[in-house]
Amino acid sequence: MRPGVWQKLDVASRCMTPVALTLALVIVNAVPLKIPGLTPVLPVLALIGVFHWALYRPELLPPVTVFLIGIVQDTLAGTPLGVYALVFLAVYGGVVMQQRFFLGKSFTVVWIGFLIVAALASALTWILVAVLHGALINPKPVSFQFIMTVGVYPAVAWILMRWQNAIVPAED
Amino acid sequence: MAVNEGKPGGARVLQSSKGVALRFAYVFLIVGAVGLMMLGKIDHILVERYRTVVTDALAPVMDVLSRPAASIANLIERGQALIDLRAENDRLRMERDRLLQWQTLAFELEARNRTLTDLLRFVPDPEARFVAARVVADTGGAFAHALLVNAGERDGVAKGQAVMAGDGLVGRIVGVGGRSARVMLITDLNSRIPVVVSDGRIRSILAGENSDRLRLLHLVPGAAVAVGDRVVTSGHGGAFPPDLPVGRVTQIKDGIITVKPFLDRERIEAVRIIDYGLKGILADVDAKAVQQ
Repeated sequence: MRPGVWQKLDVASRCMTPVALTLALVIVNAVPLKIPGLTPVLPVLALIGVFHWALYRPELLPPVTVFLIGIVQDTLAGTPLGVYALVFLAVYGGVVMQQRFFLGKSFTVVWIGFLIVAALASALTWILVAVLHGALINPKPVSFQFIMTVGVYPAVAWILMRWQNAIVPAED
Repeated sequence: MAVNEGKPGGARVLQSSKGVALRFAYVFLIVGAVGLMMLGKIDHILVERYRTVVTDALAPVMDVLSRPAASIANLIERGQALIDLRAENDRLRMERDRLLQWQTLAFELEARNRTLTDLLRFVPDPEARFVAARVVADTGGAFAHALLVNAGERDGVAKGQAVMAGDGLVGRIVGVGGRSARVMLITDLNSRIPVVVSDGRIRSILAGENSDRLRLLHLVPGAAVAVGDRVVTSGHGGAFPPDLPVGRVTQIKDGIITVKPFLDRERIEAVRIIDYGLKGILADVDAKAVQQ
């Protein structure tokens, strides 16, 4: 039986949720939480989104959307325009290339993989911002931010995984 | 869809004919991102204008999202307040007694000031106008210290204006949209504020470092600065009105003078944007750029 128009629309809209979710992570990141000490070391949530979808369903998060998500992150976070766009693209490319290594591995291995990716991403962001501002940036908040991002990974990844299993159509 | 050869999704996508286009797009986007960074260095104003447009569009969304977050924070704070109500009460009683003494002094000084001002025909500073705004976004992160507030051009906010919270100077307006404005905090790496230190009225520049501490730069050699000295804006350069409280000197070590700002980033819910009718350095730079 051929799928009807509504069914196609349904599948198409579900396929768009990875992009929407990652974008939502960027926006949630900017909500003022007013928890003392947390703001300067707030995790980069979108990094988790990009990592997750690049690993499991890269075809649903094409490079151009990764680029746009990075631009929105730059715009809101106040980093020089293009920095997070480049960092997210680098993470995306790196993960897609290493995808075969990760698939089928236990959660701990994936988490360690994310730790390495996040460390490289933090270092890259740090270098780019330092070069563009022409000044050394205090590495302490940057490293705390990295630790926070790795720390919240299991929680965010769990939500994304549940979402992927329940909402996103399976690969054909 | 690409032919499934039993390979995982990404590798399959990258190895199909569609993958060549994708790989091309990927490289193209990387170059695009680098290009944007260059553009930001070359045409700063254009990029800032774009940033303003996007943040302005996102401001209503951020406004809605920030409300529940603020409510939860309030609830926690109220709970904590309830716990140490008695101690707080004692503290406030003592503080009130102390402040009453200051009040008497202030009344005396005000009266004397008025007579002396009349005697000298002193020209007073222009009246300030305030705009109150709510903080709708604090993107946090280690790379930039900025806030988004829900007042913009239509409320009379303009680039370069000083932003205050209850405790002291917060920063200045660096971008204005129709209904939102971006505030660069004094702790941001790019923030430089002309200040004076202590009773000696020593001029200096206060620089942000992307941390919760600030640094005094370009001090006169041998200037008598001590730990505990108050730092206030100097009004030089016409960017800020004079005598806004900024912070206090907390450490002097190896010639590096560290200042702890009065501002408490996490607790800022609302800010006052001050319009003294000053044109400011920023406004002038912009005007020149427009003329060119």
